[in-house]
Amino acid sequence: MNREEVARQMAVCNACRYCEGLCAVFPAMELRRTFAAGDVDYLSNLCHNCGACYHDCQYAPPHEFAINVPKAMADLREDTYATYAWPAAAQHLFQRNGFVIALSLVLAVAAFIAGFVAVSDPAALFASGTEAGAFYRVMPHNMMVVIFGGAFLFAILSIAIGVTRFWRAAGPMPVTLRSLWRAAKDAGKLRYLDGGGMGCMNENEHPNDKRRLYHHLTFYGFLLCFASTSTGTLFHYVLDWQAPYPWWTPVKIFGVLGGIGLVAGPIGLMIEKRNRLQVLKSEDQGFGAAFLWILLLLGLSGLVLTAFRATPAMGLLLALHLGVVFAFFVTMPYGKFVHGIYRFAALMRHAHEQFAEHGEQVPPPKQPLPRQPAE
Amino acid sequence: MTYDVLIAGGGNAALCAAISAAKGGASVCIVEAAPKAWRGGNTRHTRNCRLAHDEGNGILTGPYPVEEYMEDLMRVTKGVTDEELAALTLERSKEVWDFLAENGVHFQPSLGGTLSLGRTNAFFMGGGRSMLNALYRTAEDLGVVVYYDAAVTGLEIEDGFFLAADVTHGWDGDSPKADRIEARAFVAAAGGFEANIEWLTEAWGPAAQNFLIRGTPYNTGGLLRLLMDAGVQTTGEPDQCHAVAVDGRAPKFDGGIVTRLDCVPFGVVLNADAKRFYDEGEDFWPKRYAIWGRLVAAQPDQVGHVIIDAKSFDLFMPSVFPPETANTLEELATKIGLDPEQMRQTVDTFNAACVPGAFDHTVHDECHTEGLEPPKSHWARPISEPPFYAYTLRPGITFTYMGVKVNRDARVVMENGTVSPNLFAAGEIMAGNILGQGYLAGIGMTIGSVFGRIAGTEAARHVRN
Repeated sequence: MNREEVARQMAVCNACRYCEGLCAVFPAMELRRTFAAGDVDYLSNLCHNCGACYHDCQYAPPHEFAINVPKAMADLREDTYATYAWPAAAQHLFQRNGFVIALSLVLAVAAFIAGFVAVSDPAALFASGTEAGAFYRVMPHNMMVVIFGGAFLFAILSIAIGVTRFWRAAGPMPVTLRSLWRAAKDAGKLRYLDGGGMGCMNENEHPNDKRRLYHHLTFYGFLLCFASTSTGTLFHYVLDWQAPYPWWTPVKIFGVLGGIGLVAGPIGLMIEKRNRLQVLKSEDQGFGAAFLWILLLLGLSGLVLTAFRATPAMGLLLALHLGVVFAFFVTMPYGKFVHGIYRFAALMRHAHEQFAEHGEQVPPPKQPLPRQPAE
Repeated sequence: MTYDVLIAGGGNAALCAAISAAKGGASVCIVEAAPKAWRGGNTRHTRNCRLAHDEGNGILTGPYPVEEYMEDLMRVTKGVTDEELAALTLERSKEVWDFLAENGVHFQPSLGGTLSLGRTNAFFMGGGRSMLNALYRTAEDLGVVVYYDAAVTGLEIEDGFFLAADVTHGWDGDSPKADRIEARAFVAAAGGFEANIEWLTEAWGPAAQNFLIRGTPYNTGGLLRLLMDAGVQTTGEPDQCHAVAVDGRAPKFDGGIVTRLDCVPFGVVLNADAKRFYDEGEDFWPKRYAIWGRLVAAQPDQVGHVIIDAKSFDLFMPSVFPPETANTLEELATKIGLDPEQMRQTVDTFNAACVPGAFDHTVHDECHTEGLEPPKSHWARPISEPPFYAYTLRPGITFTYMGVKVNRDARVVMENGTVSPNLFAAGEIMAGNILGQGYLAGIGMTIGSVFGRIAGTEAARHVRN
């Protein structure tokens, strides 16, 4: 039903085209005359939900054409993650992607780890730890690697299969270095979250750049945390230097900065989500909440662990942080996390399509675009 | 309530006037007849304005000198224009880009499929409603007070001097609540009367009942009527308007741009008697677009049917409503309510008259008819390949031209030839001063912006003195 609604709206938009300059969705739409399932799924993931086209639209409700592209795209976009998810049995997880589930997962895992340690070495749980290897008395490093590496690899596999299905549904298209680089730049800057230059229109028709700022904090905060973990792994295996690390190491600097981003960003995004104009909100208003909460907990638990690692709370805090990390890995393929992957794939397809249509090396189309009369 | 400047209307002209007056130091109140969601009159449906400029600027692809603009205007109006005001409009159109940009409007290159306008017309990023939102934001930041759902129902004008207006605003029980708003100057920027079918019927006869109104239903000409009753001089003919042929299934009001059909040059157009009535291939569609409204209005039942075949289907912009489709012409005729035999005969006659040649829809090609009346001068190819498609055409009225006469200061001229000291007009309500007939893409917005600015500036100056 959401596919039909997007196709209906795109037929109106394609006859209008006033929003052409706002983002990638409309130029992509103009390359099509009909909107099959794969096309609308692709377009919905190209939409960054900036809201500008709703406020700019002469056909927005209460007009009888009832054009509300951001909402139609959001509704469909949330469907697509489930449509292409692997394994198929996990598709229903998207519908029940609530905060409560995620939180219970965190607590369950934390309790499990704490319980595990309590049984094997109760003293380790309440020992403070700043000396090298203190963390691994709570949980041996190899066990950490097996559990978390396993969860991570499964998540990667699952997402890779899903996004491949999504890619193929919109028609065969090669992945080129040029489109990859273009998509990386567009995604890195959130180029299409700015309503064509004015800004994102979230709570009303007054544009601002707050969502972009909060998203950047979240995304780059996440990347810093990832960099922190990666450097930590290098320290561990290459330098044979065991965690915890002093504050001046890249592991800590990346981790603390990233943690701050992962706290500030998701809080900002939650506020923006709450303030969002009601008519722009997707049907499933809870969608994405779990993801934001997990990111926030990821940052928060990491920061708290760093701050209190010298106290007897270290063991429990570590268990909690590991619980969050584990919950994050496990829910990655079945929650809002995949939006980044699908969006990136859509941006890559868009870059390739536009290069093919307007690029320098490619000869111009045989016939110029049909003329649109003067108005 | 008292303001320095009261402005009736909520579109481009009203906003340009409000911003100019507020920047001139005046306290400004806008009364917009529509609710907020429908604010802005026909500006909501626009996308560009035609601006003279001496050099391209990266978005406008080349120079468009005032002289060339004037030639274009003279060609479409056939000289039915006030040359002094026309020259003023085109000259001052040079300032409009900077004015709008200063006040928050963003521009973009011409839209896909409108390359022919890339040099002459400045396109608003996100279209007219986006432009309007930017102007409202600026006006509000300047302290302009805006009332929605607020229609002017009475004017107090003494010897051409504006004193106050009665404005209905909100409800008092079951009856509308009336406010008397005093102001030291008044700007009439409330649009034409195209949404007033009764008024159109006075000018066009019963044919007007079949017209579709492409824009806002709020342009009912109420303010124009009040001004006429107060002894203001009018200009322009009541049956002159921007009229195009639109999809017959469009809503009665507010269908806007998407109801446009671009397939006319690729087929034949039949009237209710299944007969052709005009050269469909006279010129490129953008150049003939604005005459087909009147052509269809002159046909029985004010209806036309474009018939095309499979080979033309992908040559024009996608349409919002799907066409009627059939595998035979007879079946198609039945579906659209035409006499199958007559339609077959008309198409056969047309097909037989087509001279074979190289078809090219990007140039005036050699495909034309011979010995056919009316002829089809270009892009004439036999309609022979099923499936066949039919689109229904109706006259679509964009806006009316008859309005109040103004001078260079946008001051309203009274019937006795005197000029009102504090009564101004801008936009559609005075467009007839410049557009006596015909239409030039984007000039409606130009007139609105130029005269809106003049009216606002002069009103503020009047208030200061």
